[in-house]
Amino acid sequence: MTLLQVEDIHTYYGRIHALKGVSLAVEQGEIVTLIGGNGAGKTTTLNTICGITPAAKGRILLNGEDITHLPAHQIVARGVVQSPEGRKIFTRLTVRENLEMGAFTQKNPAQIAQDMEFIFSRLPRLKERHNQLGGTLSGGEQQMLAIGRALMARPRILLLDEPSMGLAPVLVEEIFELIRRINEQGTTILLVEQNARMALEIAHHGYVLQSGLVALSDKASVLIHDEAVRKVYLGEA
Amino acid sequence: MVSDTPTLVSSPSRWTGFLDRNLRNPLRLVGIILMAYLAYIAIANIASGQFTLERFVRLFIFGLAQGSIYALIALGYTLVYGILSMINFAHSEVFMAGAYIGFFAINAMDQSGFLDDQTFLALLITVLVGMSASVTIAVLLERIAYRPLRGAPRLVPLITAIGASITLQQLFLRLFGSGTRVYPDVNFFVLPGIFNNLECIEVNGAQVCRGLDLIGGRYEVEFLGLSLQIRPIYFLVFFLAVIFMAALWFFVKRTKTGKAMRAVAEDKKTAALMGIDVDRVIVTTFVLGAVLAGAGGVFFALYNTQVQPFMGFFPGIKAFTAAVVGGIGNIPGAMFGGMFLGMVESIAPSLLGIPNQLRDVIVFGMLILVLIFRPTGIFGEVLSEKKA
Ligand SMILES: Nc1ncnc2c1ncn2[C@@H]1O[C@H](COP(=O)(O)OP(=O)(O)OP(=O)(O)O)[C@@H](O)[C@H]1O
Ligand SMILES: [Mg+2]
Repeated sequence: MTLLQVEDIHTYYGRIHALKGVSLAVEQGEIVTLIGGNGAGKTTTLNTICGITPAAKGRILLNGEDITHLPAHQIVARGVVQSPEGRKIFTRLTVRENLEMGAFTQKNPAQIAQDMEFIFSRLPRLKERHNQLGGTLSGGEQQMLAIGRALMARPRILLLDEPSMGLAPVLVEEIFELIRRINEQGTTILLVEQNARMALEIAHHGYVLQSGLVALSDKASVLIHDEAVRKVYLGEA
Repeated sequence: MVSDTPTLVSSPSRWTGFLDRNLRNPLRLVGIILMAYLAYIAIANIASGQFTLERFVRLFIFGLAQGSIYALIALGYTLVYGILSMINFAHSEVFMAGAYIGFFAINAMDQSGFLDDQTFLALLITVLVGMSASVTIAVLLERIAYRPLRGAPRLVPLITAIGASITLQQLFLRLFGSGTRVYPDVNFFVLPGIFNNLECIEVNGAQVCRGLDLIGGRYEVEFLGLSLQIRPIYFLVFFLAVIFMAALWFFVKRTKTGKAMRAVAEDKKTAALMGIDVDRVIVTTFVLGAVLAGAGGVFFALYNTQVQPFMGFFPGIKAFTAAVVGGIGNIPGAMFGGMFLGMVESIAPSLLGIPNQLRDVIVFGMLILVLIFRPTGIFGEVLSEKKA
């Protein structure tokens, strides 16, 4: 079943034509990765899906429902949740308050408390620091918090924008492991990554974005062996 | 080699650091000299008996009330600035509207006799009417004047705010005339059991004492050898302001919407990604500011008694000054700045032997002094850090 269907979306920043007809599909339960160079339009694609930079043309369907023109907060309420590029932790809110903001669309206090306990059990470093201001966390801790915060919204589909950016290699491993586990528990994931190899290793399906267009798309296991992909995105000769 | 001989040159002490920071900066130097000069005048006035303790207590109590009003208004400036990085210059008219529309309520109830019969209820209604007027205006302002300009260069909403301020003054002027309206005298008697020798009248030949008149009362009190003039309303205003501010603090710190407000203030895009309706939170912020300003307007009018369409200007600009002194965008800063400014304005002219008409000079002089030493205000954080 297709959970998220993006059909030929065009997005502009003023006169800059950032997305020139991007289409992609994410099946329920999959990890789909979106790779591409700097400025290819990966972040813009996620933000267009989330209603932050609405599409000028094209359609976005969630489970068949057209969400293209909904305001951002209503898209979140439907279970499309993004953990943005650069983590964007609320630096002047505590760790706990950051998680509470993640749960902003959730109405059941008992369930919110339970979800928070679950996240603390998975990410014990956050638990230790639950009363600390978000801005005082290390980069790795902030990334954990950003993912935990997104999970608090109980996403049907989780959009992750470069979760491994700027992290030490061990932490990158840890983050990818976390993403895999989240997916195994039933959350569909759309993953934007610079680290194309690791992304393709855990993904089921991949899209290669180039200058606002989908240049390639295939099973991740096929893309990882694709000549052009290996050359350009995996840094192989 | 040179760097390996730390013992020869002692590291600068705090004191030399202080001198270094302040004496090399001509502005700070001027500021220090000015403060020293003012301190000298103040001490001279106290020593010569010009400025008595009785005077001080009386001015201090008035400062409590005036400072409370400034603090209540300043919070509105600071809340909106915190969330939109914009100075809502029309906030002074939000305050005015509360006092002015409150007048119609209290005046009608005075004429019908309800104010005398049910004083507490009548006062409550007046405050609620004032608040509603302020909230209505603030919400309309946000919707009509500011929301369409979100994302425009910062100067644009600023100029719009000034225009909105003038428009509102003129609107009230055309609607209600330029005349000054006077709040009726209110006598609100409380605690006759405790204050059993106050406000006594003859009823059918017997003496009845009605207790403390919280609003209209003026009392001479002998206390520790000082003869003090006390108006309970100044304490009442301070007390009510503290309650409002505590409620605001609780709201912002503890409630879900309050936390969302702080999230929106920090990063609107990410707040939207949390599922927060950013527009709604912004409206809520305007409403909160207006509730405080509307209540402040009625409180102010209860002791100042006069209302007219331009009455918002000076309290508004002083409250704005208070918000800047405290560090704009910072809630405790606005509370502190307002109280501080009210106190200074009340006490300083007398303390320095300056004519009372010059108190505005003192207020704005103080703004400059604070900004020389702390450009971000007393509680202000470094802006670059906040906007990072
Ligand atoms: N706010 C903006 N205003 C103007 N142009 C923008 C804005 N944001 C992005 N762009 C442009 O849109 C294009 C796509 O940018 P986008 O951020 O989506 O790329 P990306 O694939 O996420 O890149 P990166 O890997 O560097 O994050 C780029 O050419 C960029 O310059
Ligand atoms: Mg990006």
